[in-house]
Amino acid sequence: MPARPSRKASSPSNIGAKLVGQLRRGDKRAAAKFISMIEDDKPGARDALRKLYRHTGKAHVIGFTGPPGAGKSTLISRLIKEFRRRGRKVGVIAVDPSSPFTGGAILGDRVRMAEASQDPDVFIRSMATRGYTGGLALATFDAVHVLEAFGSDVVMVETVGAGQSEVEIAKRAHTTVVVEMPASGDAVQILKAGILEIGDVYVVNKADLEGADAMVSNLELVIPERTTWRPPVLRATASEGVGVKEIADEVEKHWEHLTASGELAARERARAETELRGALAEAALRRLAARPLTEKRLARAIERIARREIDVRTAAEELL
Amino acid sequence: MTAKARSSESRAGPTRIRVLVAKPGLDGHDRGAKVIARALRDAGMEVIYTGLRQSPEDIVAAAIEEDVDAIGLSCLSGAHMTLFPQVVRLLKKKRASDIVVAGGGIIPPEDVPKLKKAGLRGVFGPGTPLADIVAFFEKNAGRS
Repeated sequence: MPARPSRKASSPSNIGAKLVGQLRRGDKRAAAKFISMIEDDKPGARDALRKLYRHTGKAHVIGFTGPPGAGKSTLISRLIKEFRRRGRKVGVIAVDPSSPFTGGAILGDRVRMAEASQDPDVFIRSMATRGYTGGLALATFDAVHVLEAFGSDVVMVETVGAGQSEVEIAKRAHTTVVVEMPASGDAVQILKAGILEIGDVYVVNKADLEGADAMVSNLELVIPERTTWRPPVLRATASEGVGVKEIADEVEKHWEHLTASGELAARERARAETELRGALAEAALRRLAARPLTEKRLARAIERIARREIDVRTAAEELL
Repeated sequence: MTAKARSSESRAGPTRIRVLVAKPGLDGHDRGAKVIARALRDAGMEVIYTGLRQSPEDIVAAAIEEDVDAIGLSCLSGAHMTLFPQVVRLLKKKRASDIVVAGGGIIPPEDVPKLKKAGLRGVFGPGTPLADIVAFFEKNAGRS
């Protein structure tokens, strides 16, 4: 496993404040370094996050999920343009999986977003899941905070469409867009896929292909009616830019709905809970690493549990 | 940092070398670039693959946002003497010269010293073993 040699080291306590100041002034390099520092959990990262936090919370966070190849990256690249046309500053975080075997990753979402790279008001970052198979690393949520503080009005997060991460992004984002494509299954497939509760906006992309109508009507059939927001099912051919404006309209309409209905506050609490639980799990792992579970400690605990001196859960607590 | 100290502090394992693999210029042959990307990934690196027909400006902008340790450029069209040094110059202009630049493709041997003089740390012509390229990035990425 190659370790990255550390870069020029500044004093960890100043570096956070310095980076926060720089990225607040629109310095992309500072924002990029900040995200790396969090990803690598470098000294000073947590302190820097503390300083960052009060500058966060002003962006509309939009999650995108759906099966590989559905066209999420292409759609996001088009939405970048659409939101820029509307005068929004845009951040994008594209998450791809790390190899569970080597830890390496190929992050390829930028291929479809190349045009936006040079725009000072667009920031795109690719992140690997690093060890969090099927889920989102806490660092992903922190990176959202960095882009919020950078001044993004809209932060789009693209996740690997595999299981847990879909649910997590739905809890984290204000608006979740589920991207589907024709011929990816009938109504029963959609029902069992577990995407029904999480979408605020559904998109059937590649709508020029056969089977799009069936996909749309299947989705409309099975999407549950919610009390206050009926998730729309939209058609798009993102590669041609068709239907993109309507998606942006619905996403913004959903934001207005959240603010007008007071649901935004509930989403913020859900967001806080997701992040807190992530942070707790992480703190537990760190503590374990600091005081490792040696065979000896384990054996002693097992012995005591077997003798009924202590119950399993208490023993686990003590080992942590 | 020792392995032990690292594991007790980090949240998701050790830090990883990040490499941007890009194809500047107009040739449409990215098979080699993909093979390199794959090899670097298999060596445990995070590879940001940016695809075909990138301008040096696109490449440098992406490298800065991704905060990579190194850039691997591939060019088969013969335009490497223009495009590769331009990436190095733009990085310097953006005060990001700590990002290591290497290039490969159909590069005549007589161009190699010129490219190195222009600031490329590694130049790899046809037939270079993959292991050599992986070793180059392991050794040089992030160390300047």
